[in-house]
Amino acid sequence: MSATMRIVNGQVYDPKNNINGEIKEICIQDGKIVDAVDDDATIIDAKGMVIMPGGVDIHCHIAGPKVNLARKLTPEARRHDVHPSTPFTRSGSGGTTPSTFAAGYRYATLGYTTAMEAAVSPIGARHVLEEFEDTPIIDKGFYVLLGNNIFLHNLIREKRFEEFEQAVAWWVNATKAYTVKLVNPGGDEAWKGKKNSNVTDIDEKTGPSSDISPRQIIEAFVKTVNKQGYPHPPHIHCNNLGHSGNYITTLETMKTAGDLRAHIAHIQFHSYGGVVGKNPISKAAEIADYVNKHPNITCDVGQVMFGESTIMTADAPLAYVLKGHTKGKWVNADTECESGCGILPFVYQEHLYMHTLQWAIGLELFLLSEDPWRIILSTDHPNGGSFMAYPKLIKLLMDEKFRHEEMKRVNQKALLKCSLPELKREYTLYEIAIITRAGPAKALGLETKGHLGVGADADITIYDLMDDKEMMFSTARYVFKSGEPMIANHEFTTDSKGKVYHIAPTYDNKIEEVLKPFFEDFYSIEFSNYPVDDHYLHQHEIIKTR
Amino acid sequence: MTEQKSNKKTEEQNKNIKIVKDATCTFCGCVCDDMELHVDLDEKRIIKAKNACVLGRAWFAEHTIEDAPAALIDGKEVSVEEAVEEAAQTLVKAKFPITYGLSDTTSEAQKQAVAITDYIKGNIDTTTSVCHGPSGLAFQGVGESTSTLGEVKNRADLVIYWGGNPAESHPRHFGRYAVTPKGMFTPNGKKDRTIVLVDVRKTKSAGVADILIRPKPGKDFEVLWALRALVKGISISTDIEKETGVPLEVLTDLVERMKNCRFGVLFFGMGLTMTRGRHFNSGALLALATDLNEYTHFVAKPVRGHGNVTGADNVVSWQTGYPFGVNFSRGYPRFNPGEFTTVDTLSNGDADAAMIIASDPGSNFPKKAIEHLKNIPVVVLDTKSTDTTKLAHVAFKTATYGINTGGTVYRMDDVSIPLRPAFESPFPDDETILKAIKKRVHELILKKNDSRGASGEAKVAAAVNPL
Amino acid sequence: MLIPGRSAKQGTSLNQGKLKEEYKEVTSTLEMNTDDMKKIGLVDGDKVRLSNDIGETVVSCIGKKPEDLSEGVLFIPYGPPSSQLMESDTAGSGMPLSKHMMVDVEKIKN
Repeated sequence: MSATMRIVNGQVYDPKNNINGEIKEICIQDGKIVDAVDDDATIIDAKGMVIMPGGVDIHCHIAGPKVNLARKLTPEARRHDVHPSTPFTRSGSGGTTPSTFAAGYRYATLGYTTAMEAAVSPIGARHVLEEFEDTPIIDKGFYVLLGNNIFLHNLIREKRFEEFEQAVAWWVNATKAYTVKLVNPGGDEAWKGKKNSNVTDIDEKTGPSSDISPRQIIEAFVKTVNKQGYPHPPHIHCNNLGHSGNYITTLETMKTAGDLRAHIAHIQFHSYGGVVGKNPISKAAEIADYVNKHPNITCDVGQVMFGESTIMTADAPLAYVLKGHTKGKWVNADTECESGCGILPFVYQEHLYMHTLQWAIGLELFLLSEDPWRIILSTDHPNGGSFMAYPKLIKLLMDEKFRHEEMKRVNQKALLKCSLPELKREYTLYEIAIITRAGPAKALGLETKGHLGVGADADITIYDLMDDKEMMFSTARYVFKSGEPMIANHEFTTDSKGKVYHIAPTYDNKIEEVLKPFFEDFYSIEFSNYPVDDHYLHQHEIIKTR
Repeated sequence: MTEQKSNKKTEEQNKNIKIVKDATCTFCGCVCDDMELHVDLDEKRIIKAKNACVLGRAWFAEHTIEDAPAALIDGKEVSVEEAVEEAAQTLVKAKFPITYGLSDTTSEAQKQAVAITDYIKGNIDTTTSVCHGPSGLAFQGVGESTSTLGEVKNRADLVIYWGGNPAESHPRHFGRYAVTPKGMFTPNGKKDRTIVLVDVRKTKSAGVADILIRPKPGKDFEVLWALRALVKGISISTDIEKETGVPLEVLTDLVERMKNCRFGVLFFGMGLTMTRGRHFNSGALLALATDLNEYTHFVAKPVRGHGNVTGADNVVSWQTGYPFGVNFSRGYPRFNPGEFTTVDTLSNGDADAAMIIASDPGSNFPKKAIEHLKNIPVVVLDTKSTDTTKLAHVAFKTATYGINTGGTVYRMDDVSIPLRPAFESPFPDDETILKAIKKRVHELILKKNDSRGASGEAKVAAAVNPL
Repeated sequence: MLIPGRSAKQGTSLNQGKLKEEYKEVTSTLEMNTDDMKKIGLVDGDKVRLSNDIGETVVSCIGKKPEDLSEGVLFIPYGPPSSQLMESDTAGSGMPLSKHMMVDVEKIKN
């Protein structure tokens, strides 16, 4: 199949280039969008169809040690959701934690061509890259967990910030990560070392010698990453996830960043008012207001969708709290010196106050946001629900009538504690293209993604224009990845692997002399065997740091 | 003895010796990656493996290059290409082909094996099913509170081994990870830990134990369940001693220690999974560790066997969604232990062809399964001759992972570790052979499909209807 | 009751090759409680026949002190001989009861 094509007659939504539904030709050559192609190029008639850049998921959990533990934990969740092979594609199984092949193909089916795995312990990086190699079609990258790293905590405590910067850059290089991720910063030591407790305040002292606070950790990372100019800022899962009253912690976290760039992950889970131990109320308005007024902040929503989900998080104490509710099976997995992890199957139920409120807060955040470029669509897959629920979420945002129908089925008391019933806004296709494509690509600093201008990667999705937006976004008619047709007329026509995005900030080798003794004392693998070497990357691209 | 040693040293100086540091031993699930290998490049053998245990030393010393054909069909020497063709034809022709083994090869090779099985709509299973398979089933039932081995080294002040004999099966488990090493919060090593050993036999591991508990054989479940009851404050009758052989006060004492430690760990071996109760035993132990998290931080961990059996679990899980015992006959993976596990597919007579990779069911499976294996065409990849290679239709001799080839292995705690090969083998590695078989199998399958008009290009051509 | 298991010697000898003499010897050596041995008139090195419904095998035995190996319990490193006695029914688990085999022990007269 030659890679020279001309797509004609389609309505194009390309927000980065201010194209809002105009009929426009899209030309593809050698995997890129070009100005024009020869007359003998293959022509695709997209009459009655909508053309968008391929979707970009800025926050999901699709590969690596914790995802694989979740797969092993829940065969029952996948038995009823099989993914058969075709002559060109591999088989798999679905559920909320699909096998690698199923995950890649299913993202493609929705029209997504890039997805970022949002939490990887450094020691698990090699495993993630092995799974990426088996996750077809989509491009991907991952964020490395450094917020509970004991070595780095020690440097912060001793105010050795110069070495801290070097060590962070070393870790990002050693793991081939895309940016750093902080999860419940400072919480691990309480969990592992102090009989399963947790930090509850951003200024509470924690760590092995109880003398460093989450705020100090957040500040150190925000400063370092901004100074080193990573394309995507620190990706932060704030303290107190899920707890009533946590919006204060979220506001304080954003304030700690000052005017420096920061990304707040699954912000819905962090927008609760009320007091700990009691039912929360919505503080979506307060959170949306802060985000609206601070262009340095980006966030993804982490929308809750009713039905099956899998909780998987480096926030181990949170998973244990949830286990107290489900009373079912539960996985805890501690990673030496670096991270914790909790996993359990979970079901969001319409009739429950808490779950309805979470659902409503997510929608409020979308609808109250004034800048769609900085509030990105996610379900924190599979924590708030599967990425397969994105089409339904899009319909909820685009269709007020549908929203009200859904509201009839949920806990009515919870609706009284939020503003959702009063919100009239309906997202347009242009705005949907922003929150699923252009916005996440911009927040990630991926300049060739999320748009259809000349020079962009030819990752293109073509949907049939339909009134039912859930139906429309469920199956793309065509999906092009790097200019190659992956899906044509809803059928897979070939297979491909996709590439890995990572960054390579510079650092001084001398930091290894400081790191090595720590490794020898406290790690169980050798220092030289810890960094991931290049051959695990297969096809890859380094995105420059400033 | 000393004299001999010094002789050896001068000998070493005169030879073409390469030293490989931080090499990885893949013999057992400890996957120690601190080997210093001294390799005689002329003779192509490892003459010294510094830091290795008795098993590791034998592993490195005995894997030399044998003068043997790289491929055999029905015992006759053939080229590797011919053997690949015959293997592919055999597998594609079969109605119920099974793939088995995989614990002693790299995850890169394991990926290829799953791919082949997916293409031929066969059945894939690993040695997990006859090792910690029941623990995998228990995991699906109750989950697991667990940790990497470094966390045990840094934090554990109570270490319990149950139904295992690491002194003989995983000799460095004590010294490197769990009993004697000094860690961040265990600066005095063994002095900072209490070691408990629970086993029906008094094994060589008993030497490290502060407390030794010997239940009657087959009574592990009862002991574990009694401990769970005591942890939850439910009283237990003194009759427990008559039933299990363990006095109530021993159990009560253990419960107090478990509830009051700072970071406890329960390691368990096949003494639980291979005896009466199987997955109920592992499940009871995992549930006990989970229960203890009400009081303190507690983790559990199966002590896995072969070098990369954990990798096999991981690769099969991420590619299919299930850890072992997976069948693709309907075009998608289905999981059913007891039906799609290899002892069953063989003993029930389901399998009509088999591909065995790096394992030896011909020697250690139940008699009935071995009998069936002798009656079907078998493709075998192994580094050495075994009872299984003896009965093979197509046999490949392959390079040894970690000695002749690089790649990745997963330690028993799911930590992945790269391999540093010591010297080259004239034999291809498992991944290379399996890739070749996969390529050929896929060609044969596509050919079958093509006759039904389902090629990719045809689909695109039909779909892009020019104006 | 017979409990097959791993031993260090089984582990080292399998590296040499499973078809070599040492591995065969290691996997054909049964450990037995010395009191039990006395009862049926066995001394170290004697050959015994182990049998059950599945099959039978002949191995040599060595004694273990009663405090290390309980009465009625036998230990043997895994290998071809133990396979001869292994039940193939996995009761739906995929795992044969490989460490829990009831067998008869019978002395073989020289």
